[in-house]
Amino acid sequence: MQSVVLLKNVNKSFGSAGRPTTVALKDINLEIGPREFISLIGPSGCGKSTLLRTIGDLIEVTSGELLVNGKPARQARINREYGMVFQAPVLFEWRTVLKNVELPLEIMGVPKTERTQRARAMLKLVELQNFERHYPWQLSGGMQQRVAIARALAFRPELLLMDEPFGALDEITRERMNAELLRIWQETQTTVVFVTHSIPEAVFLSTRVVVMSARPGRISDIIPIDLPYPRNVETREHPHFFELVTTVREALRKGEEMRET
Amino acid sequence: MDIALSPVRSARRVAPALAVILIILTLVVAWELIKLMFNLDKRTLPHLWEIAEAFGQPSRRNGPPLISVLIEAALYTLRGALLGFFIGAALGFVLGTLFAHLPLLERSLVPYVVASQTVPILAIAPMVVIWLRGSWWSVPVIAAYLTFFPVTINTLRGMRSPDPRAVELMGSYAASTWQTLWKLRFPSALPAIFTALKIAATASVVGAIIAELPSGVQQGLGGAILNFNQYYITGPERLWAAIFMAALVGILLFVAVSAIERIVLRNIVRGA
Repeated sequence: MQSVVLLKNVNKSFGSAGRPTTVALKDINLEIGPREFISLIGPSGCGKSTLLRTIGDLIEVTSGELLVNGKPARQARINREYGMVFQAPVLFEWRTVLKNVELPLEIMGVPKTERTQRARAMLKLVELQNFERHYPWQLSGGMQQRVAIARALAFRPELLLMDEPFGALDEITRERMNAELLRIWQETQTTVVFVTHSIPEAVFLSTRVVVMSARPGRISDIIPIDLPYPRNVETREHPHFFELVTTVREALRKGEEMRET
Repeated sequence: MDIALSPVRSARRVAPALAVILIILTLVVAWELIKLMFNLDKRTLPHLWEIAEAFGQPSRRNGPPLISVLIEAALYTLRGALLGFFIGAALGFVLGTLFAHLPLLERSLVPYVVASQTVPILAIAPMVVIWLRGSWWSVPVIAAYLTFFPVTINTLRGMRSPDPRAVELMGSYAASTWQTLWKLRFPSALPAIFTALKIAATASVVGAIIAELPSGVQQGLGGAILNFNQYYITGPERLWAAIFMAALVGILLFVAVSAIERIVLRNIVRGA
């Protein structure tokens, strides 16, 4: 089966003339299959956000091969094959909730009635159908982030890129959003690449956790998560959940030690 | 419920009006106090009631009352000011938008835009009049000259104000520059643009009045001010009346722009 994301020996360095270059990503090799939920986890500065942005072609790679749905990342972006969710909801404050979800469809030139129909369906998916006429400032942080997810899914992308989407939410809201995201992922059959700082969040959500370490940013371990579905509140209390959390934590520590030696 | 709330509600509605009246009263008292304390004669500072009285009296023998002369002059000046305001605002918007998208153009042209505003308008105005062969068009052109600057600078700043992630988001949709301009940059820039338009509204009136002086345009407030200046010794209150009328035109334009701003930006609640 064709991979959704394929990274071969990808390197990325930042720098301008006369300044020492920083190696943000070094020798990244990763293949992500259809319907996978991949978490990128690692300390600050390990390049996990950079990696996500290179997949989205928001940052160009310095060297190596990067294919999205078998095409160069740029082509995939132009074909609108992925949706993006940031840590902040980045909603347009002058648009209603419905109009915010319609935004990508407007840009793609989808006719008005179809646009509204699809946006309404997405709002139903994130359970905000009663808020379509509200403005972003009238919603809580968690609701705003759900609007952002609905917007990213509005044009039914095969790939969803999420950069710490729940990082600014409190623990309780965050756990609820995790469960909701899993449900949406299962209903929409999308592939997800998810950047996070939180080990339990990564374990709960993912099919595989990609552990990264810093300076230079590289992949130090990939841990498959074999927790059964459906995953719910009980999953978080399962002994195997704790085993996997420990495994990821140890992998993170090992990655740090490798750097020091 | 309603009975309990209504005094609060009406107080909220009355309070601003009360504040306006209080400020006007304070200014009137201050005016007359200064006149009294420094023992100023009529030529230095006439009584406010003398100015008020002058509005009702004919400005020329057997002529219409001063107020109708001044209203006519104000409407005439307003025409030039408004046209200049629209030309300047359009020019400023186009320049600001271009600068926001073309950093090279910004770096090479913005210094000249700034320099244009350091040249005294009084020196420029006679030249414009000569270039335009003394036509009425020198009035809106000079008004536009004062208007375009704040609009250019604020459009530039406003167009660059969106959250970088919002720009990235548009990039992730492969949105064109044109789409990003109309769907993101322009709405983000509106609050800054309206701030500039309010400054420009008053500047356009000043520009129109100044432009009328060297153009030999007699029908406007500029002509009236020039005329009453010459007879200041015999009737200082008439010049003061003309000044009040000029201020009123500026305030009216400002209030009009503010009203449009409130309608356009009604859905944007900042810091809520």
